[in-house]
Amino acid sequence: MSLVLVQILNGLQYGLLLFLAASGLTLVFGILGVINLAHGSFYMLGAYLAVTLTAQFGDIFVALAVGIPLAFVFGAAIEWLFIRHLYKRDHLQQVLLTFALILVFKEVQQTLWGNHPLSIPTPSYLSSSISLTPDLGYPVYRFALMGICVALALAMMFVIQRTRVGRLIRAAESNPEMVEALGYDSRILYRMVFAAGVALAAAAGILAAPIESAYPGIGDRVLIISFVIVVIGGIGSIRGAFLGALLIGLADAFGKVFVPEFSSVLIYAVMALILVVRPSGLFGRA
Amino acid sequence: MSERPLLEARGLNTYYGASHVLRSVDFHVGRGETVSLLGRNGMGKTTLMRSLMGLVVPKSGDIRFAGVEVRGWRPSAIARAGVGFVPEGRGIFPNLTVEENLVFAEREGADGRRDWTREAVLDLFPRLAERRTNWGNQLSGGEQQMLTIGRALMSNPSLLLVDEATEGLAPLVRDDIWRTLRLIADRGVAIVVVDKNLDDVVKLCRRHIILVKGQIVFEGDTRALAANDDFVRSQLGL
Repeated sequence: MSLVLVQILNGLQYGLLLFLAASGLTLVFGILGVINLAHGSFYMLGAYLAVTLTAQFGDIFVALAVGIPLAFVFGAAIEWLFIRHLYKRDHLQQVLLTFALILVFKEVQQTLWGNHPLSIPTPSYLSSSISLTPDLGYPVYRFALMGICVALALAMMFVIQRTRVGRLIRAAESNPEMVEALGYDSRILYRMVFAAGVALAAAAGILAAPIESAYPGIGDRVLIISFVIVVIGGIGSIRGAFLGALLIGLADAFGKVFVPEFSSVLIYAVMALILVVRPSGLFGRA
Repeated sequence: MSERPLLEARGLNTYYGASHVLRSVDFHVGRGETVSLLGRNGMGKTTLMRSLMGLVVPKSGDIRFAGVEVRGWRPSAIARAGVGFVPEGRGIFPNLTVEENLVFAEREGADGRRDWTREAVLDLFPRLAERRTNWGNQLSGGEQQMLTIGRALMSNPSLLLVDEATEGLAPLVRDDIWRTLRLIADRGVAIVVVDKNLDDVVKLCRRHIILVKGQIVFEGDTRALAANDDFVRSQLGL
């Protein structure tokens, strides 16, 4: 029983982190139409920002508060330098350029931070555990992490459903040409959306760093799983990304414990099953 | 010579890839004027509208709007200068409510006018007022068309480009749309319409242009259109 409870919590926690990463990817894919293979690199950037900023400021949450705006600015710069040239090009060119970015980011990471895994301390005030049953404790930091992810998810949904910026994002997702023809400069919108996607991936990387530590290639698995989530949820759908991420988080956590020999293929099996029933994903438009 | 036209295009040449769609088109619209663009399918009417809106950039020629050269401007800049666009196929935002679709475009006109508020637009389209909390994709074809026109008005344009607004609509709904366009024109908004219903078009528009293979083959007022009935009907395939 405790094992099931722990795996539910692990699955939710992993799923919520994945949601942050995948929501950025789905926005970029859904609105900008760009397949961004470098998305995992922004998760990695977050993890290494956590190393440097926590060393500087002493606390992972300060690192988060400083890292998110830094990543946003970095994302806007990457969009201006590279991504904006891809909007009218085909997917192959998008894949080539963003793959090249992965290689560049890897080199930069190795130069700046080296090849060894770097651990990031959990804040001392969150280093204890909460007893769920007499013989089962669960780290407080992981609860805090879930709380922050849920808060960020709610904030994102509020922005998208209730604000002017959200209206713009939804409109651009369904008819970008009309958004432009009604007086909105889509260049600025696209830059902001891309930057937000980078900031979200980096936020996930920062929050995950005290659990996973920072190491080369940390973003690779996240990239692939994020694509799985985007496909499951339906391209461009934040709600879909949320459900898809939780589903994959739970499938991964349970798979590792209960069917370890199949755990590496389980998430893909879940994806295949969902696509058989709903070919455009859970909330995708046909 | 009276005052300069609101919109003045000269020598427009627009291409889609290698295909030369608009061939040296000269076109103008006066302030508050109503103009129709007629022609069979594939003759360049929609391309002319899209060229004026900046959605395709003509390879050569000039487009002056309110005295300013706008060729090569982004569509968003042209919209902000005072051009409202009602595209073929409607182009509402299906995942926004009626109210959100309208608010989306809400803006003071380039000349500072705010004639078209949300209330004014909903007065013009009472059907939309009843449906204001519905999603765009829950509307009927006619309601979607009203929403597209209402949304374009919310930016208080001085020129409205209306491409095939009544296509595929029931006769009663079509009449409604034409009546509304008349009301809009009466309030001083210049309108260019592309439409196939000659009988309806002449009730709204004073001046008419026929495009054949990207060139203007006829330009004249309603009386001239009637006087050249045989030529007009043959060009329009009626």
